[in-house]
Amino acid sequence: MVPETYYIALSAILFTIGALGVLIRRNALIIFMSVELMLNAANLAFVAFANTYGQLSGQIIVFFVIAVAAAEVAVGLALIVAIFKTKKSIDVDQMSSLKG
Amino acid sequence: MLLSEATTTGFFYLAPWIVFFPVIGLLLNIIIGGRLPERGIGWLASAASFASFVVSVLLAYSVWAGHGHVESVFLAEWMHIGALQLDWTFRVDTLSTTMMLVVSGVGTLIHIYAIGYMHEDVRFKNDPGRFRRFFVFLNLFIAMMMILVSGDSYLMLFVGWEGVGLCSFLLIGFWYDMDTLGRPSWANSNAGNKAFITNRIGDFGFLIAGFLMFTYLGSFQFDQVFAVAPDLAHHHPEIIIAITLFMLVGVAGKSAQIPLYVWLPDAMAGPTPVSALIHAATMVTAGVYLIARSAPLYTLVPAAQYVVAFIGAMTALFAATIAVGQYDIKKVLAYSTISQLGFMVAAVGMGAYVAGMFHLVTHAFFKALLFLSAGSVILGVERGHHHAAHGHGHHGDDHHEEVFDPGDMRNMGGMRKTMPVTFWLYMIGTLALAGIFPFAGFWSKDEILLDASLHYKGVYYLLAIAAFFTAFYMGRQIWMVFFGEARHEAAEKAEESPGIITVPLMVLAALSVLGGALNLPFDGFHNFGHWLEYTFEPFVHVEALPLDLVVAGTSTLLALIAIFISWLIYGRNPLKKGQPDPLKKPLGFIFTGMENKWFVDEGYFAVFINRYVDLANFLADHVDWRFWHDWFHDKVIAGTYNWLSNIALNRYADQRGIDAFFDGWGKVTKYLSASMRRVQNGFVRSYALSVLLGVVLILGYLLLK
Repeated sequence: MVPETYYIALSAILFTIGALGVLIRRNALIIFMSVELMLNAANLAFVAFANTYGQLSGQIIVFFVIAVAAAEVAVGLALIVAIFKTKKSIDVDQMSSLKG
Repeated sequence: MLLSEATTTGFFYLAPWIVFFPVIGLLLNIIIGGRLPERGIGWLASAASFASFVVSVLLAYSVWAGHGHVESVFLAEWMHIGALQLDWTFRVDTLSTTMMLVVSGVGTLIHIYAIGYMHEDVRFKNDPGRFRRFFVFLNLFIAMMMILVSGDSYLMLFVGWEGVGLCSFLLIGFWYDMDTLGRPSWANSNAGNKAFITNRIGDFGFLIAGFLMFTYLGSFQFDQVFAVAPDLAHHHPEIIIAITLFMLVGVAGKSAQIPLYVWLPDAMAGPTPVSALIHAATMVTAGVYLIARSAPLYTLVPAAQYVVAFIGAMTALFAATIAVGQYDIKKVLAYSTISQLGFMVAAVGMGAYVAGMFHLVTHAFFKALLFLSAGSVILGVERGHHHAAHGHGHHGDDHHEEVFDPGDMRNMGGMRKTMPVTFWLYMIGTLALAGIFPFAGFWSKDEILLDASLHYKGVYYLLAIAAFFTAFYMGRQIWMVFFGEARHEAAEKAEESPGIITVPLMVLAALSVLGGALNLPFDGFHNFGHWLEYTFEPFVHVEALPLDLVVAGTSTLLALIAIFISWLIYGRNPLKKGQPDPLKKPLGFIFTGMENKWFVDEGYFAVFINRYVDLANFLADHVDWRFWHDWFHDKVIAGTYNWLSNIALNRYADQRGIDAFFDGWGKVTKYLSASMRRVQNGFVRSYALSVLLGVVLILGYLLLK
């Protein structure tokens, strides 16, 4: 039986990698993947806690997160495709036409 | 209420209907009158007045059946403020029912007469809608007069007093925008204003009397006032004298006594039924009624009675002399009314309340008769004028150019032949007014003279001379109007009036002949005296005087001599066309004085009205315009403001102070926003970083707190 601290530590590591990925990388696809990494880090924490405390709600919310993430991926990828068609690039720093 | 109950308690509970019926009549005429034919409007109003008369008869019967029982019929609370307890209560006693009967009885006859008269009036051809308005006003007048005579307190009486004043104003100026012939003119409107304003002066006196009464006697209610008054008169008679004399000012205004009588002759500008109803028979007698009602107060202070009697007697003589010099048929009657009101006021002033009220009643009969007959004469002349104008064919237009006054007696003459019915009616009225045996006026005037001869010699002489003049000017009028030859084509072609006009006159003529029977000076015939005794007896002793042949003979002789002299001057040698009055030459300036009303109006203008206008001009020109406008507003307020703004808000203070302050705020805002806009750099990753930092901060706070 692996102690839950390990899971939480892994979850924190994954979340940090994801967050850094979002902040540092400029490729929209990579940012997207980093966001997925953060989501799954959270999922891992949920499942770990659910297991520890014997509660089902943690398990259930993970399914919700997976479903929402799938929908998000569908919308997000469509946006990226649309942006690529107009700008011929998916570099997020190029997309700054809304600056104040 | 059940009939059995009514027979035991009388018909007193009906009292409010004397006011309600005319009000219903006028409301109906306002609401549905527009859809009724002309006659329907008139008959509706007459029916309302007649219903009021029926109720008055029932009330009088109840009082009689109850042996002079005084009944107070409560209708509504008016105001209860501290010591002031006022209700709308009807007082039904012999005095008030007498007035109710006169007002509604004579009023109904005049309503009926007015149906015919107003239809004939040439001016209705311009505006048929006024027919309805006229009858609405007439009904309103009846209602207000009923409130006046039936009120249980001085304040309720005052409500009616003001109400009839309003109706008088509305009806004098009924043709407010045109003269007798329908030409544009404001003369009638001015006459209405004159009546209204003069009456306000009188009402001022009445109000002061009311305030004094409430201050010192603590009530407005008749019985309460009369109960406390003797005690006050014992300790402070001067207060009762002040109350009664201020009340006399009100009487002088309403009943046209010296010095406030000047409005009544001008009031003849109103349609003739109005002159008969309001300015002869009913409203102007309200002052006499007020003094009779206040008999318990007046009897306490003989000094005030003395003043009232002399004011009345002087008015009687003064107005009678003016009537001699008048040419307008209605003006003669107007001055005659003032003179007869003087008789009544003198009578009630002397304490001869029964005689005064008796003369009030008979005068209502014969003066209404005279006025209405005069109206019939005027209509006849107008018709004659119409015929004459049409008979001339092409010359008719020129005829219209000539200013023709159908009321001018110099245009009349010989109308005995053209208007026989009106002539005989007029004769009856004249004989009654002149005090010829056995007409009503003889008995009532004689009673006043008899009372005066016993107690007030001075008043008696004044009144006897006034009676002489009365017979003289009435004789002059009869000779000028009905005898001799017509002095104008219009009088020659005059036509008799229709039945709707003459029939009410016949009723009034019968009353003028028989009215004296109310109170004959023989034992057992003092009916009217006994009737009023019920009201007066607790306070005043009512004397039932027997006939004094010396006094009666003297006054009859004086009247006959006066009529004979008038025949010598006007009857034997009838006035020719364009001839001046035969009295003008022998009397010289005296006649000029009579002709011009002794220049009283001019005097009032010189002494009061022009001074008032001067004062108004001074106030408008100097005080309002120069002081307030030019100096205070322009110089003080506007000048100070300009000066202050020049000093305080000059270029430096304005631009460097206020401008700079607000500009500074603008700059700060601009600078702040310029630095803040850098945050919005458009890079998604920096936004994401700020989200992360935010989350870290919030979570850090939540974890570490």
